[in-house]
Amino acid sequence: MSNETREILINSAYILASILFVLGLKMLGRQGTARKGNLISGIGMLIAIVVTLLDHNVIEYKWIVVGLVAGTVIGLACARLIKMTSMPEMVALLNGFGGLASLIVGAAEYCRIRGGTVMPDHPAFTSAVIYLTILIGGITFTGSIYAFCKLAEWLSGRPILFRGQHLVNGLFVVLTVLSGIVYVVSGDPQVQLMAVGVFITLSLVLGWTLVMPIGGGDMPVVISMLNSLSGVAACAAGFVISNNVLVVAGCLVGTSGVILTAIMCKAMNRSLANVLFSGFGAAPVPSTGAASAGVVQGELKPISAEDTFAVLEAARQVVIIPGYGMAVSQAQHVVRELGEMLENNGAEVRFAIHPVAGRMPGHMNVLLAEANVPYEQLVEMDSINPLMPTMDVAIVIGANDVVNPAASSDKGSPIYGMPIIKAHEARTVICLKRGKGTGFSGLENQLFLLPNTRMLYGDAKGSLQGVVSEFKSLAAG
Amino acid sequence: MELILLFFIFTLAGFLGFELIAKVPSQLHTPLMSGSNAISGVTIVGALIVAGADDGSWVTTVLGTTAVTLAMINVIGGYFVTDRMLGMFKKKDTAPAKKEGSS
Repeated sequence: MSNETREILINSAYILASILFVLGLKMLGRQGTARKGNLISGIGMLIAIVVTLLDHNVIEYKWIVVGLVAGTVIGLACARLIKMTSMPEMVALLNGFGGLASLIVGAAEYCRIRGGTVMPDHPAFTSAVIYLTILIGGITFTGSIYAFCKLAEWLSGRPILFRGQHLVNGLFVVLTVLSGIVYVVSGDPQVQLMAVGVFITLSLVLGWTLVMPIGGGDMPVVISMLNSLSGVAACAAGFVISNNVLVVAGCLVGTSGVILTAIMCKAMNRSLANVLFSGFGAAPVPSTGAASAGVVQGELKPISAEDTFAVLEAARQVVIIPGYGMAVSQAQHVVRELGEMLENNGAEVRFAIHPVAGRMPGHMNVLLAEANVPYEQLVEMDSINPLMPTMDVAIVIGANDVVNPAASSDKGSPIYGMPIIKAHEARTVICLKRGKGTGFSGLENQLFLLPNTRMLYGDAKGSLQGVVSEFKSLAAG
Repeated sequence: MELILLFFIFTLAGFLGFELIAKVPSQLHTPLMSGSNAISGVTIVGALIVAGADDGSWVTTVLGTTAVTLAMINVIGGYFVTDRMLGMFKKKDTAPAKKEGSS
């Protein structure tokens, strides 16, 4: 096969792969076709990988096979063994690997150009995109790894702030830009090598320091942003090696990630800049006290499992509002069981999901799906809120800020303006909570102080098991 | 010219990405994210070219092989975990048994 026919064959296959990626992404956005969409985009990837092996630049297969086999084994093991509650960590980690792979591709292309095996047509342009690939790949890598550590609780989920943090970060950014300019402009190989070393290091440092001041509750934004960045890194790598399928697929991932990030920010009524730089939730917010209007005064009223059962047994309309606490205590299965008990008892049960509940976009949906809750029962915030006054009982399971009425009533509150699920409008609210501490934002939740709210303290799973066993003994007796 | 063409597809793909994802129900946010995460593993194409180039330098071989491994973890892990997740999304009527995917 001549090189020219080979080129045509490869590029035709890349077009096919791109079409499959587009179709796959489109189908991934609809409930009925999502699984097929994922399969189709997977086939696209398989095609892209196989035809790349035919590329005339690819001569040596031994190490490729080693890499492919190792990656497949590790990837499969991760995908099979991971618990659904650990999904945010998994996504962060995979993302980090993708980012590092892009960084390495950029660095290796630099080595090849330096070694003289590759002669770019536009040296300055190629240098510029190599710089971008390494920079974005590096930020994605360490940013994702840090996010992984926070999500897996290997490191504290609290935002870490120090004096002059913005100044230090700003300095890093300036240095990164400068070293990039030096690299692109300078013709001296020795200077270039130094510049590359500097910005590889800085990109890795930057990823870490940028995620540092972002707290656990803002992780949905961070994860979708890093996801977007990993796409952008792949796209930049595509410019480095003039490869159209990389450009198309990377760009698709980049823009779709931007949209997801924007949805997450909107769900918190905060700007991306505010999420990234404000260090939200770092310290307990000083109470605005009686000075601000709309602050509810009251006390926390505990309730026992038996009394919870009594309340639920009489209820006809029940809404369950899960939050990160449900994920932490792995309570999704017993939540589903409780839902079934209530339905058998004649109640209508809905699950109200806030867009930023949990640690990644759609976190609660995944957990409830794992526990076999049919997705028709899951209701989005905007659909449930108008119905809230008709609800007999709202059960809040480990959710906090997303049900805090201060977001709509207290202008002094840091979360003022954030759309919430209006649990407080239900006739009775039962809140499951581990202890008396505040939520991620450090705010006292006014919902807990309302006259119609009862607190069921303890581990969510244990508490719910208590309630469920009451139902069971009723059924038995 | 080739560069201009690359920018051309870049721009179009960008707009396409925005259009594709604009209205996705929040149920599917996680699968969408992990599914697109798997697609970002397409950087494996670049990794393969680097790893397969026989230019006598062990540096590029080591770098290339590492990149292939990492990108492959991203690809395989991403697609399979997304599939596993989507397999759990069920309608009310379907049996709770595990096998129901191919319909």
